[in-house]
Amino acid sequence: MRFSSEIKEGISISWMTIRSNKMRTALTTLGIVIGIVTVTLMQTAIEGLNKAFLKSISAIGTDVLYVQRHSWFSDEPWWKVRNRRIITPEHARLVAQQATLASAVAPDAGDFGTVKYNNRSASSVMILGCVADTVTVANLNVIEGRFLSSSEVDGARPVCVLGSELAANFFPHESPIGKKIRIEGIPYEVVGVIGKIGSFLGLFNFDNRVMIPMTRFLGDITHWPNVTITVKVRDIRQMNDAIDELRGIMRKIRRLEPGMPDDFAINQQDAFIKTFNKLGTSIAAAGLIVAGLSLFVGGIGIMNIMFVSVAERTKEIGLRKALGARRRTILLQFLLEAAIICLGGGLLALGIAYPLSWVVDRFLPTSMSFGIVCVALAVSLATGVISGFLPAWRASRLSPVEALRNE
Amino acid sequence: MTVEANPTSLPNLPPGPLDASAGPPDATNGKVVIRLSQIAKNYQVGTETVHALRGVDLTIYKGEYVAIMGPSGSGKSTMMNVLGCLDTPSSGRFELNGIDVSDMDDNRLADIRNQEIGFVFQTFNLLARSTALHNVELPLIYAGVNAERRREVAIEAMGQVGLADRMLHKPNEMSGGQRQRVAVARALVNHPSIILADEPTGNLDSKTGEEIMGLFEVLYKKGNTLIVVTHEEDVARHARRLIRIRDGLIASDEIITHKTAVSA
Repeated sequence: MRFSSEIKEGISISWMTIRSNKMRTALTTLGIVIGIVTVTLMQTAIEGLNKAFLKSISAIGTDVLYVQRHSWFSDEPWWKVRNRRIITPEHARLVAQQATLASAVAPDAGDFGTVKYNNRSASSVMILGCVADTVTVANLNVIEGRFLSSSEVDGARPVCVLGSELAANFFPHESPIGKKIRIEGIPYEVVGVIGKIGSFLGLFNFDNRVMIPMTRFLGDITHWPNVTITVKVRDIRQMNDAIDELRGIMRKIRRLEPGMPDDFAINQQDAFIKTFNKLGTSIAAAGLIVAGLSLFVGGIGIMNIMFVSVAERTKEIGLRKALGARRRTILLQFLLEAAIICLGGGLLALGIAYPLSWVVDRFLPTSMSFGIVCVALAVSLATGVISGFLPAWRASRLSPVEALRNE
Repeated sequence: MTVEANPTSLPNLPPGPLDASAGPPDATNGKVVIRLSQIAKNYQVGTETVHALRGVDLTIYKGEYVAIMGPSGSGKSTMMNVLGCLDTPSSGRFELNGIDVSDMDDNRLADIRNQEIGFVFQTFNLLARSTALHNVELPLIYAGVNAERRREVAIEAMGQVGLADRMLHKPNEMSGGQRQRVAVARALVNHPSIILADEPTGNLDSKTGEEIMGLFEVLYKKGNTLIVVTHEEDVARHARRLIRIRDGLIASDEIITHKTAVSA
């Protein structure tokens, strides 16, 4: 009972003090506001970055391994890996024969080229040589028609499957199935359309692609393809075993002596996530340092103003003590005042950060989450309590005789 | 409080110095509120030790009206701080209602002040931004009285000092006399054992000062124990017992005869 009435009294005193020192309080709060806005926007941006990344990364697939000439993230110097031998579709055939832990193996190779239909033309389209299993390993969603069949791939038929953006651009009002388009000048018949995938970290557009049989790719587009062998692992729990097996098979196929380093790389989504997490941690750390610094400055401002507040109310503190306020009561009163100022600053900061988060949203798909709001308010409250503690503690230790004598 | 237990209702004695260690000679059947024995208070000022009180013995009974006088530097203020439990003595024993308060810590002293002592200050010491009623409620807040009861008791105290119609005014909307009445109501509100007034008329003109002393007279008649610290003879004359302090000791302790007051 006594505690709760002390809190109520403390809140009403703080409110009166803040109201009668509006300008001073507003200026003091500015530091906290800036700090909390920084914290909030940082958090929002980091969350947005994570979301964007996870959305992009899902296109790579968690249960898929990529055998390629180069590692995605390698510390090895470029001159060491530049002369590696290419990987051929033949390698993929051998891997498919020997791998026991794989449920599907598909080679693919891509190059940029020009695609035409009637008088429409699109350049810089990714032309991808595929096999029938590509639809499985890449987890593609065929929304119209069908994917390339084994016989079409084996027979090098001039057929193709369009990415959704390409299909929409060339055939806005009609079905593309059965239509003839020209890829690098050679006619192909459209047999299917892939559903929208999106872009990878905003860099590469997966929907601006056309898929043709690997056998045709080797003749029509290039004779020296840079093949990626995509391996879908049967059981995700055997990922590491599958990597070991794949490595053994590839070394055997490429006739590497024991002791020689691999001249290929096995990439997986994991590497992306690890790299991103490293990057994300540095970004978050940098953000937190900036936010922490501005909060620190804000906190000093609060501490300063609380010292002033205690000094100019010394006599009042003496009176309250004379009337029976304990040390705890005085401590609580000034802590509450600091906390209310900071909490007010926090709320103001959220009001400012909310519209700013829409601006962030234009670059990164994000929104201010409830969690961020809670963190921002908790941080502002903590700043108030921490920076208010020393002045409040000093006030609580004042001797009533000394304090009452103060004018 | 019955009239018989009141020491001042006993046969009047001629004013004059009395044995400093004892209270009024005939006040033996009253209840002791304050008992000081060999109270000393020393301050360290730089390298020098100031002996503000040098072993004071004093007994005050319930229902007494005591004035404490002395020139500045006499130890009068220190005496008032000790009696008000705002400060603890360096040595000696101070019993308030039979409880030894001389060695209590800060928080327990705060509770004692809250329960047992009502302060009236020279400069009123009201919270400027709060209403008169809220000012009066303040000791009850620290006593943990619930809001409803608090209001009730505070309104009653405001009535006692004749300010029932000024309860929601703020101090700056009141005259000096009214402010001091609010302070008196605040001192009364917890039903303390003693009301301790430090120069209560010092910031008032003589007419308003007389009004406040009149209010004290009423409180005294109702059985409150009053201690007024002052340097004005006119103020001290209203009391029934006058203690003069000089050089940290009680120089005199006398009964004041009030023909008019006693007959009133």
